Parts: sequence; structure tokens; C-alpha cells
Amino acid sequence: MISHLTRTERNVAMTLAALLALLGLTMAAVGNHDPMAVHGFMALGLGLVLVFAVGGVLEEPLPNPARLLQYYDDPIKVGIVLAMIWGVFAMAIGLWVAALMVWPDATFGQAWSSYGRLRPVHTTGVIFAFGGNALIATSFHVMQRTCRARLADQLSPWLVLIGYNLFCLWAVSGYFMGITQSKEYAEPEWYADIWLVIVWVTYLVLYLRTLKRRAEPHIYVANWYYLAFIVVVAMLHIVNAAALPVSWTGAKSYPAFSGVQDAMVQWWYGHNAVAFFMTSGFLGMLYYYLPVRAQRPIFSYRLSILSFWGITFFYLWVGSHHLHYTALPHWVQTLGMTFSVMLLVPSWASAGNALLTLNGAWHRVRDDATLRFMFVAAVFYGLSTFEGSFLAIRPVNALSHYTDWTVGHVHSGALGWLAMVTFGAFYSVIPQIWGRPAMYSPKLVEWHFWLALAGLLTYVFALWNAGITQGLMWRTYNDAGTLNYSFIDSMEAMRPYYITRVVGGSLFLAGICVGAVNIWLTVRGARNAAADRPLSPQPAE
Amino acid sequence: MALFKAHYNLEKNSIALVIGIILAASVGGIVEIAPLFTIDETVETLPDMRVYTPLELAGRNIYIREGCYACHSQMIRTLRDEVERYGPYSLAAESQYDHPMLWGSKRTGPDIARLGGKYSDDWHVAHLINPRAVVPTSIMPAYPWLATAPLAVDDLGAHLAALRTLGVPYTDEMIANAPRDAEAQAIPDSAGAAGVTERYGEATTLRRFSGTPRLTEMDAVVAFLQVLGQLTQAPYAPDAMLEQP
Repeated sequence: MISHLTRTERNVAMTLAALLALLGLTMAAVGNHDPMAVHGFMALGLGLVLVFAVGGVLEEPLPNPARLLQYYDDPIKVGIVLAMIWGVFAMAIGLWVAALMVWPDATFGQAWSSYGRLRPVHTTGVIFAFGGNALIATSFHVMQRTCRARLADQLSPWLVLIGYNLFCLWAVSGYFMGITQSKEYAEPEWYADIWLVIVWVTYLVLYLRTLKRRAEPHIYVANWYYLAFIVVVAMLHIVNAAALPVSWTGAKSYPAFSGVQDAMVQWWYGHNAVAFFMTSGFLGMLYYYLPVRAQRPIFSYRLSILSFWGITFFYLWVGSHHLHYTALPHWVQTLGMTFSVMLLVPSWASAGNALLTLNGAWHRVRDDATLRFMFVAAVFYGLSTFEGSFLAIRPVNALSHYTDWTVGHVHSGALGWLAMVTFGAFYSVIPQIWGRPAMYSPKLVEWHFWLALAGLLTYVFALWNAGITQGLMWRTYNDAGTLNYSFIDSMEAMRPYYITRVVGGSLFLAGICVGAVNIWLTVRGARNAAADRPLSPQPAE
Repeated sequence: MALFKAHYNLEKNSIALVIGIILAASVGGIVEIAPLFTIDETVETLPDMRVYTPLELAGRNIYIREGCYACHSQMIRTLRDEVERYGPYSLAAESQYDHPMLWGSKRTGPDIARLGGKYSDDWHVAHLINPRAVVPTSIMPAYPWLATAPLAVDDLGAHLAALRTLGVPYTDEMIANAPRDAEAQAIPDSAGAAGVTERYGEATTLRRFSGTPRLTEMDAVVAFLQVLGQLTQAPYAPDAMLEQP
């Protein structure tokens, strides 16, 4: 793979790897006894490995110039493999934290394995490491195919991919050691946050440069969504991560905002991480792989436009629905609720557009588990966005907030939408870029589908029940006019649902393991078959 | 339609598309967040609101480190059942010095915004070492290492200084004496005890929170838990003290 780099690219790669090692060495040296030093050693190790890897091919013959007429798929392959590794890891941790709520002593008395430290490992692992790698990998695929152009260069995709995974590694390993800003879905400390900005700017520049080379006059709708994902996540991250380190030689920092302003910034970020990471990016995926797999054009171009701008505009207003009845001023809550309800229109326009695209291809949905993954994803996208708008209504939120209903809602989105569409996209793209006629075993794809669906339904039904029971118990009054249940009563009532959740999680995890094995067998089998790489010799416009 | 025609041209220009996305996505945040910094009524003015002592701040940082906020909220909503269960609803001013806020989003365990003073120190120590020793059906993890890990106090001055830069009213004396104050608050018969009361007010609690002579992380965590909801008395006597500026 590295030998495909040109001489200049190899030299630049060598320099960057050395710089990374130097950065790691500096962090390790100044960090002294701080956990930041551990992260320094990680960067140092990675930097050295890369120096040797690039150094080993530095003098090898130059690559064949004909490759520039083909798509550049190596980073996509690596991204998919990384996404699957992170996915299995993060979902296994998820199963563990679910088990901890039934068997709280399953921490084995260790600090690193207590619930509070494992929980962000699970959330970051699934959303950012699994989801993020899936988004980066598929975006590299979609942008090349829909632009009919090769990636703008061969080095920056690796910068994005390796840099992003270093961020994920820092984040996840940091939680084990107790390094956290405690901002939900934005827990990593200041140096990891700065690192992510560098990676993200590289990503945006690469995307724009590749779009510039396109052989199509129009930018396809999937790219709008990927662009919104990149641009808005950058905006959210920079504002929400504003913090002042206690010292430059340690991990601990204090976020710039406090109290009510911090709460609002946090949920403006938090809900739009859902919107632009977990929705916009994956809609980009859906808009490409679903029509390709169904062999049908997108139902309505105009609906795509309306839903795209609706989502991009409305979502940024809705974060305050996480703060109903709190010390946040009432007018902000009202705005959040109103826009949350309005948001249903563009959300359902997207879901409807996807489902109507399947008209005329329903027999494929029936026969092809890969397309069925994406069909279920579109259905759960519609269900989750409806549920989201519903839960954002103030009186509904009075009951649902702080309960497991919210957790169920997030999982209906994360399992039902995010993971399902990713699996559909992966099963579509893997045979193509590895040059195989199909996945190793279509039967295992079926198995994965049914395990995932069974796990998903078990999980969300358990937590719907849990959440509503909890919410009702907290507000039940007896005839004497006093609260009928103690808090511990409501917690004991959760036990059957928490056990059911462990079952649902196990099924889903079993599904992704089956998927990982199938992907591994596909990649390993029948080597050296010619990859499908449609040429695009046309010059850019 | 002209609008779709305009879009037809927009989607041929990647930079215009990016600018369009930035513009569309900026409005919500500007309208909802910016005024929270400028409208004075957003945060009430409470005359008796005090800052965290260094020991309480250290406890708060351990609370963050262990991810306690994932299961315990610190935000009592303006709902009858919450006020009856947990106490007076939370005011914005109560978390005005909280970088970050710990309002939370989930109650696997109960809200703890007004936990301070509800239980004895001994109860907290026993509960943190093994929750099931005092609440048999609890599903909270055990934190036995808090009782043995020595508390790091040396850099607390730098912590206070960082917070002052962000707007928390710590004085020069508080910053200079932070490590000593942290120790003295948990060892009340020591020489520095008078300084803690002098700097942080008469209402500050000085005692051996962990019940042991060594200064451990347990002291800090229990000191923090015991001050929750006690930084100001305004929520408990609202009309007398809640004066808008």
C-alpha cells in the first residue's frame, strides 16, 4: 500500500511520521506522572511504526502512473476493517455496561472497569470510532464514484484515517484512566480536541479538492450530506470543546463555559452530534448505497433538496429540548420544542424519499439481505425521528427525561439506523473494492440481519417499557397525597428490563461478529481477482 | 420553480455549498446561545453564593473522573413530584461556577443536586466502599479505592487559577493557600483551619470526612457530596433572597 505513494509523498509521510513521534515524545516527557504521558507514548509508538513502515519502501521503485486513472481504494479498505474492529470492541463494552446494571459487582473491584468509565468507552467507541471510520471510509468511496474522479492525493486520506483513529484511541484509553471532560459525547481532553481539529480540516480540504476534480457538473446529493457532516461537526466541536488546561503538561482542563450557558452549549453540541454525525453523514451513505443496491434512481430530487436544507437549518435549534423544565430560560426551551416538532417534516421527507425509491424493487428487499439492512435503517430512521420529535414536546419530556426511554430512543437510532445502514453499505462496497463477485457467504449476511433485527427490537422494547414504568413510578401519588414509590422501588422494578436488554445486546453483538467473520472470509478468499475499478479518463470540468 | 433553479446552480459549486451550509447551520446557535450571555435574568444574583473550596473542587474532579454524572443528575426540574422528592428546584445561579455543569441526563440513581446534609459522612463512606452494604438492592458500582488513594493537593492552586481566568471569583489568597486549605478542611484541628473559614465563609464545613487521619480521595468526594445544594441557602427561602438585579 505504501509503495503506491510517489517519492514526494513518501518524503512528506516520513516527515509527518517523525513529527508525530516527536510530538509523542514531548507529551511523554512533559507529562511526567500525568496520564497524558501515556498518550504521548502511544503517539510516539505510532509515529515510530510509521517511520519504519515508510522508511522501508522509501527507495522502492516508483508506482505505475497508470494507477492515477483508477480510483484510490486502499484507505477505504483500511477504514472498513478499522470500523469493524472498533464496532465489535465497542459493542462488547456496551454489553458489559448493560450487564453491570444487573450485576453491579462485575467490575472486579478495578477502577478502570467501573460503570462511569466504561460508559463513555462504549458511546465514543460506537458513535465516533465505529461510526466515524464507517463514515470516512464510505465518504472516500462515494465521493470518488459520484464525482468519477480519483481522490485528490494519496497521502491526505491516510492522514485523516490514521489521525482520526489516534484521536479515538486517545479518547477511549483516556476514559479507562479517568481522563474526561465529562461533556457527554465530547469527553476527550484538550489536546485530543486540538488534534481532532487538525485531522478534520485535512478531511474537509481533501473532500473539497476531490470535488474540484469531478467529471460530473453536479455534486450528487450524498456529497451534500457528507459535506454538512464535516463542516457542521467542525463548528460544533470547536465551540463546545473550548477549554482552559490547568497546565500545558497535564491532561486536566476546565471547560470555558459554566452552568446554564455550558448546559446549552453542551446540548447544542450533543444533539447536533446526533444530527450531523449520526444523521447527516449516514444519510449521505443511504443516498448512495440504497439506490445503487436497489438499482432504482432516488424517488425525488426536489424532496432531497427540501429535506437537506430543512435538516441543516432546523436541527441546530433543537438542542434545548434536552433541558426542559430546568434552569434554562423558558423561551429557549420553547424554541427547542417548536423546532423539534418542525424537524419531523424534513426528517420524514428523507425517510420517505428513501422508502419510495424502493418502489419497483421490493422483490430485491425480500431477497437481498444487504438491501434489507438499508430498508430497515430507513424505517428506523423514520421511527426514531418521530420518537425524537415526540419526546421533545415539553409535557412528554416531563415523563421521559432522565429515564431509560431516552436510552432506548438513542439505541433505536444507533442500532436501528446508524449500524443498519452501515452494514448495508459495507456489504455493498466490500465485494466491489476487493474485487469479489459477492460476499463470501450470503447466508451469513442473512444471519447477521436477523440477529441484528431481533437484538434491536428486544433492546428497544425493553427500554420503552423500562422508561415509561420509571417515569410513571416517579410521579405516582397515593391517596394520602404523597409520593407512592421510593426511588429504590423504581430501580428494583427495572431489573427484568435490564436483563432483557442484556439479551438484546447479546443478539446484536452476535450479529456484528458474524458480519466481521464474513467480511474477513470475503477479504481473505480468492486473492488477486481483478478489482472493479471503472476508469474515469475524462478530465475534470 | 426559481428556487430549484437556483439550487441547480448551487450544487455545481462546492464552495458556495459549504458557505450555504455554514450560514444555514449558524442561525439556531446564534439565536439561542448568544443571548444567554447577555440577558441578565438568565442567572439570578444570590448574595450568599460561595465558590467551592479546594477540597470540594478536588472531590468534584474525582466525581467527574469516575463518570458519576452518567447516572446521577444534578438538576431538579420545576415539577411537583421532583420538588417533593428531591427538594426545591435548581436555580441557574447554583451552577454558575460549575466548569463544566453536571446537570446530567439520566437518573439510573437519584438526583443529587440537594444531597448535602441528607446523610452522615459515615454513611457516604460506607456507601462508596460498598453501596450494597447500606442499600441492599443498589446497582451502583463500588469505589473502594477512594478510601486508600492519597489525595493530590499540590497543584490545586493551578486549578483555582485556571478557574479564575474563566470567571470564578477566587482570590489571590485562595489560590496561594489552596493545598493547605484542602488539608485543613479535612483535618479541622490543624493550624490552617481558621484560614479556610476566613476565606470561604463561616458556613464551610470542616471535619474528617473520611473518618480517618490520612487525607484520601474519600475526604474530597464526601466533602463534595456534602456541599451539593449547600453553596447558597437561597433556594430554601426563595422570596427573601431572590432579588433580580
